[in-house]
Amino acid sequence: MKLLEINNIKKTFDDLEVLKDISISVEQGEVVSILGPSGSGKSTLLRCATLLETMDAGSLYYCGETVAENVDGKSVYVGKHDIKRIQGYFGLVFQNFNLFPHYSVLKNIIDAPIHVQKRNKKEVEKEAMKLLEQMGIADKKDYYPCMLSGGQQQRVAIARALAMNPKILFFDEPTSALDPELTSEILKVLRMLAAEKMTMVIVTHEIDFARNVSDRVIFMDEGYIIEQGAPQDVIDNPKNDRVRAFLAKVQG
Amino acid sequence: MNKKVFIAAVVIFVLLVPAVLISFNITKVTGNEVLDNIVSIMNRLSNGIWSSLILFGLTLLFSMPIGLLVTFARRSRFKVVEMITKFYISVMRGTPLMLQLIVVYFAPYYLFKIPLSSDYRFYAAVIGFSLNYAAYFAEIYRSGIEAVPKGHYEAAKVLGYSRRQTFMKIVFPQMVRHVLPPVTNEVITLVKDTSLAYAIAYVEMFTLAKQIAAAQSSILALFVAGIFYYFFNLLVAFVMGRIENKMNYYTA
Ligand SMILES: Nc1ncnc2c1ncn2[C@@H]1O[C@H](COP(=O)(O)OP(=O)(O)OP(=O)(O)O)[C@@H](O)[C@H]1O
Ligand SMILES: [Mg+2]
Repeated sequence: MKLLEINNIKKTFDDLEVLKDISISVEQGEVVSILGPSGSGKSTLLRCATLLETMDAGSLYYCGETVAENVDGKSVYVGKHDIKRIQGYFGLVFQNFNLFPHYSVLKNIIDAPIHVQKRNKKEVEKEAMKLLEQMGIADKKDYYPCMLSGGQQQRVAIARALAMNPKILFFDEPTSALDPELTSEILKVLRMLAAEKMTMVIVTHEIDFARNVSDRVIFMDEGYIIEQGAPQDVIDNPKNDRVRAFLAKVQG
Repeated sequence: MNKKVFIAAVVIFVLLVPAVLISFNITKVTGNEVLDNIVSIMNRLSNGIWSSLILFGLTLLFSMPIGLLVTFARRSRFKVVEMITKFYISVMRGTPLMLQLIVVYFAPYYLFKIPLSSDYRFYAAVIGFSLNYAAYFAEIYRSGIEAVPKGHYEAAKVLGYSRRQTFMKIVFPQMVRHVLPPVTNEVITLVKDTSLAYAIAYVEMFTLAKQIAAAQSSILALFVAGIFYYFFNLLVAFVMGRIENKMNYYTA
């Protein structure tokens, strides 16, 4: 089943055309990595998919349900009520975590399930503790984010996203704010989620990780997808010169 | 007992002395002429202290919430509302408080020929002070709201919080912590500013102190008044400091 489908998305900031014509679909259980040079529009794509930005043109569907349709070359979004429901289908993990500093680790995780999804508090707490155990930070449940390392904060942020039971999870450079040791902590968590068949779209600069974990790699440049396919093809035998140049540069 | 609590105890004691003297109608405590004079000054200042405190308390009671409303208006999506609020704030901050008090006091007479009653002095003082301080608080709140990182709004949005929930749960608590130090400054300024009410002949402590000083041809009464302002502000700083410490639970 297609969890996410984006067709012919266009997005312009002022005079800068950031996304020119991008289409992506993601199947249930798939792990997709998005690579590309800085400024190529990767974050903008994720932000459009997670409704933090509105698309200028193009259509967007989650689980076959319409979020936005292309009408006369313009995106037309569905009503607030539908958006609210569909928002529960996806989660987003940020580069800089964006935990709520005045909430404890546990409260960061359980607050939205309780107050947005109106779920039972006891049940949500039990689930949150299970997630924290999975992440190896159950002993930190009463800490405030500022007392945790970056890697621990990112694990809390991932747990917070997972607690909403999303069908698909987006990551925007989840390790870029972390040093190498902490990066491997987070990549381990992502591997674990991939093994559990969590559907994920990950913007990353970790080429090895993309090669080993993802089912599909998408390479973006200047607002277009210039190459996509199995990691063995895109990363090990790129056809496009710009992909080759980029990989040569980042792999040193 | 720690040092701060000790200081607070001393301050409260000093502030309570006149209350005790007055309530038991003690006018002669020692044979010492200067000390007895101070006691009698305190007695005569007591009504003024009460008037100053009422003005202080009511001004805070009204200006703090009104300030929040002004902040909302200042950040309104509607340009007209924003412009009007900006103008209001700039007038309140750009003209002397004393002038504003006089305008509030005399406006009903000059505009509508309503005769001035002496009761109205009190209302005019409270209205004038509240409108002025609301403008200052509004700007402080605004800076506190703007200090909340954009990422927190985005995290809240992806988690499905409504705008109202985002403000109440995520933004407001962080704002309160950001604004406490500048609010403390403002409160301390207000304690001293209450003396400006003499401009509309509202009889508060400073007015009485000046009268006594003039009658006695001695600066002693002003000195006693100064001590009250000073000790009251010590108490304000102490209380606000305690609140600040309480709110700092989540910062490193
Ligand atoms: N809100 C905005 N307003 C104006 N320009 C923007 C905005 N957001 C992004 N841009 C511009 O869009 C372009 C693409 O940005 P984007 O963040 O999507 O790139 P990216 O591929 O994620 O880069 P990086 O690898 O550095 O994160 C950049 O030139 C950026 O300056
Ligand atoms: Mg980016």
